[in-house]
Amino acid sequence: MDAIKICGLTKKYKDIIAVDNLSLSVYEGELLSLLGVNGAGKTTTIKMLSCLTQPTSGDAFLNGKSIIGDAAAVKSIIAVSPQETAVAMGLTVYENLDLICGAYDFSKQKRNIKIKEISELLGLDTVLNKKAAKLSGGWQRRLSIAMALITEPQILFLDEPTLGLDVIARSDLWDLIRSLKGKVTIILTTHYMEEAEALSDRIAIMKNGKLIVCDTAENIKKSADTDSFEQAFIKFVREVEK
Amino acid sequence: MRMLTFAKRNTREILRDPINLFFGLGFPLVLILLLTAIQANIPVKLFEIQHLTPGITVFGLAFMSLFSATIIAKDRASAFLCRLYTTPLTPLDFILGYTLPLIPISAAQCVICYLTAVVLGLEITVNIIYAVLFIIPVSMLYIALGLLCGSVLNDKQVGGVCGALLTNLSAWLSGVWFDLDLVGGAFKRIAYALPFVHAVELQRAVLLGDFSGIFPHLWWVLGYAIVLLILAVLLFLQQMKRQ
Repeated sequence: MDAIKICGLTKKYKDIIAVDNLSLSVYEGELLSLLGVNGAGKTTTIKMLSCLTQPTSGDAFLNGKSIIGDAAAVKSIIAVSPQETAVAMGLTVYENLDLICGAYDFSKQKRNIKIKEISELLGLDTVLNKKAAKLSGGWQRRLSIAMALITEPQILFLDEPTLGLDVIARSDLWDLIRSLKGKVTIILTTHYMEEAEALSDRIAIMKNGKLIVCDTAENIKKSADTDSFEQAFIKFVREVEK
Repeated sequence: MRMLTFAKRNTREILRDPINLFFGLGFPLVLILLLTAIQANIPVKLFEIQHLTPGITVFGLAFMSLFSATIIAKDRASAFLCRLYTTPLTPLDFILGYTLPLIPISAAQCVICYLTAVVLGLEITVNIIYAVLFIIPVSMLYIALGLLCGSVLNDKQVGGVCGALLTNLSAWLSGVWFDLDLVGGAFKRIAYALPFVHAVELQRAVLLGDFSGIFPHLWWVLGYAIVLLILAVLLFLQQMKRQ
């Protein structure tokens, strides 16, 4: 079953076409990585799917709910971890997590359970009473991701989630993302080829707002006639340039 | 419930900033103490405690605009607000969440000013309670100004416009520091076309128990507050769409 069905999604900013007639389906529980060089349209796609930006034309359906006609219902089933760390700096780790639970109207009891669960999972339990502003960049990033995961989303958007994380934190996050596979539908954007290859069920490569290819990493490598995913990516992107 | 969660977050962010506490609560107190000391040495009617305190309570509200505008501008500059826009929080939740916490903070600031004034010799009457109640429409005016500035300016511009320009405008054009009749002419006409002097005269009338004297000042304050609030909401929604 399709968890996300994108139908001819287009976003124009004056003369620039950021996303050009994108059509794509993501199956329930699948992890799809969106790859592309800067300006390929990955973040704009996520912004449209998360109801932050209205598409110029086209529509997308998240678990059957239209991003245009039923944005409120879409927002109740998704969570987004933005590219930049997105936390309230003046609040403690606990208060940040509590704020997000409150935004989804969780009961007090459910909030406590979820905060305990997610903070243990991401190792935030030792810094729960620390102000976000006092945390290092890596810990702030962890908190930002925890704030996306705590709401038990059916669909999760991770926009460059490992950017700025050290090797250990990155490895921990990969394990966490793997553990979510099959339970949550995930769209992940990244610039790290090995990350996309290691985590994704399928990979979609975008260039100039257009979808070039969408397949498994293995099939993409086969199509490009190479053993290296990075080489396959470069080949696909260069071919479009020609 | 969702709105209250967001409002609680804004309250915490505002009250945890020591600069906010100093300017919001400490600065009006310093002014009352300083001007009362001057009054003790060189008596000036304008600085008599029953005349001075209502003016200071209104002047202190300029900092509410600064708090309101700063938190919104900072949130807009970070990815935090964008993240919240993807949650089930509605535009109304955001507007009320930014506005409501500042009403009790404004009332608390007013209470502290009057308590200090009582210690300095202000007669205790029931009118003090009315004065605190009548600070609410005045605070709406300043909070709306903050919402408006926070929706269109960045945090540095907010510092200049709300921190410097607005505090000076509401000081000079309110009749708190000098009698506007002393300047007269166009200056006085401009001052009376703006809401600041009306807010001060409203507070003075309430404290004196002269309830017929609150008009037309109350209408001026409410009129400006409603227009600014509508404008602020429209601009906030516009920036929300742009984000």
